[in-house]
Amino acid sequence: MATIVVYVEHQGGNAKRASLEALGAASSCAEDVVAVLAGEGAAGAAPGLGSSGAGKAIVLTGAASPDAVAAALAAAVKERGAKAFVASATSSGRDIAPRVAAHLDSTLFSDCVGLDADGDAFTLTRPWLAGKLLAKLRSNAPVLCATLRRNVFQPMSASLTADVSEVSLGEGKLTLTGIAAKEGGALDVAEAPVVVSGGRGLKESEHFKLIEDLAAAFGDAAVGASRAVVDAGWRPHAEQVGQTGKTVAPQLYVAVGISGAIQHLAGMKTSRVIVAINKDPEAPIFKVADYGIVGDAFEVVPVLIEEVRKIKAQA
Amino acid sequence: MNIVACMKRVPTTDLQPKIGADGKTLEATGIQYMVSFYDEIAVEEAVKTREAHGGEVTVITLGPSAASKELRECLAKGADKGVILVDDEWQSRDAHATARALQGKIEELGSELVFCGRVATDRDNAAVGPMLATLLGWACVTDAIELEIGADGACTAKREADGGVESYSFSLPAVITCQKALNEPRYAGLKGIMAAKKKPIEEVPAPAAGNQAEVVALELPPERKEGRIVGEGAEAVPALLEALRNEAKIL
Repeated sequence: MATIVVYVEHQGGNAKRASLEALGAASSCAEDVVAVLAGEGAAGAAPGLGSSGAGKAIVLTGAASPDAVAAALAAAVKERGAKAFVASATSSGRDIAPRVAAHLDSTLFSDCVGLDADGDAFTLTRPWLAGKLLAKLRSNAPVLCATLRRNVFQPMSASLTADVSEVSLGEGKLTLTGIAAKEGGALDVAEAPVVVSGGRGLKESEHFKLIEDLAAAFGDAAVGASRAVVDAGWRPHAEQVGQTGKTVAPQLYVAVGISGAIQHLAGMKTSRVIVAINKDPEAPIFKVADYGIVGDAFEVVPVLIEEVRKIKAQA
Repeated sequence: MNIVACMKRVPTTDLQPKIGADGKTLEATGIQYMVSFYDEIAVEEAVKTREAHGGEVTVITLGPSAASKELRECLAKGADKGVILVDDEWQSRDAHATARALQGKIEELGSELVFCGRVATDRDNAAVGPMLATLLGWACVTDAIELEIGADGACTAKREADGGVESYSFSLPAVITCQKALNEPRYAGLKGIMAAKKKPIEEVPAPAAGNQAEVVALELPPERKEGRIVGEGAEAVPALLEALRNEAKIL
């Protein structure tokens, strides 16, 4: 029976949706899916994973230094003769997966948008050149190691019971001394189902309040920013969407006062629905937008905020 | 300190790629190259570290002989020497084979601190840095936005993660992959450019390697369905919400 090991991240006692997507993808390629979790709270998130496809869950105990976690993941792969290791392409997944691959003398396919198994042969699809091309690649690695782009794969519903066990982590080379979480538990732009993004068309840093208010009106939205406003110091780099920022694929991307430079589009053009609000009817953003409003953001957005609030209040 | 920065020669970011007749290679004619964006940040951090602690900065690239152009740019910004691990097929070499090749040279140089860009902008794979650290058996912080190298080898770094900013402490030897906020790369002045011409560049063949990542096909991404302007100004808001609700089934 073919085995795939999946690195599962969690928060507040539950597996993160991105990791459930990875479990779903793994389940469609192999019968035996082993989830591995680390960090505080892992033991709480492990038992429920049977309903997402994991027949086994390993809880790694001790300080979760990325190199120590990677060594443990590689050991789990070797012990089980697993043919693949998969994680979601979160910042943690992308940090840990290459280390796992190196332990397994294998290369890494990261941020994949396609994963197919034909017996023991894996074909991956991943973007090249900031998404200008899609590359279909065959893995000739001893173990297929891949991270999966978020919001692409589907979680699966199963009725397995995950058999939970514990393994202690070895000593790592990094000591985590603190985490400065985002203010107010704000959603990360790469995780939120809705992103409201602002650009230079907002003219001044204070006007970004319109973006924040629109995001708040949607409720489950994150604030994004173009490179121009990050370079100008209006917003932190963590909010930047684009080639030198983050690549996001939310259900809804609202671009306000963003012209749509190629480097920005590279970071958001696979969003399910794109809305653009811009004064300039020729702005390139309208070429990728599903729906556009030509107009002044300062007139349009306050009305949009009101109307979205009304809709959400009815729901 | 014996410092290394790894640099990749990549196509310029405005490239409109053309797929070759075989459906699995890029047409090479007309492609211009540059130092990968995040590698400039790596070189800058290497030079800043040498300025603070003394020593030498070697920039290593795995690429064609023509990558000496990009190496000279790094030398002009303050690096001391360059090395090309020559491979005309550098763009097809998989991340693991690249990390192995770099590992060999870095061990030969006796370095203790290596800077890489967080990703190379042609492949966005973000693998070589942490793979290299794992092969070397060194500490590795990825996506670093702040870094302090202690004179005694005790270091701290901050890393940009999904949940916020993580702070770490660790010791040398280490590989650091550099995120945009880490520093602002300097411009090479005329003096730097002139000095760069005299700095040594060593060329050695990159070790042969099998390819674990074989291209089956290259495709253009699917075109988005054409969208539409729903209206002008604030009056268009109801039409937008109508479309989102009833057509897109969002809201």
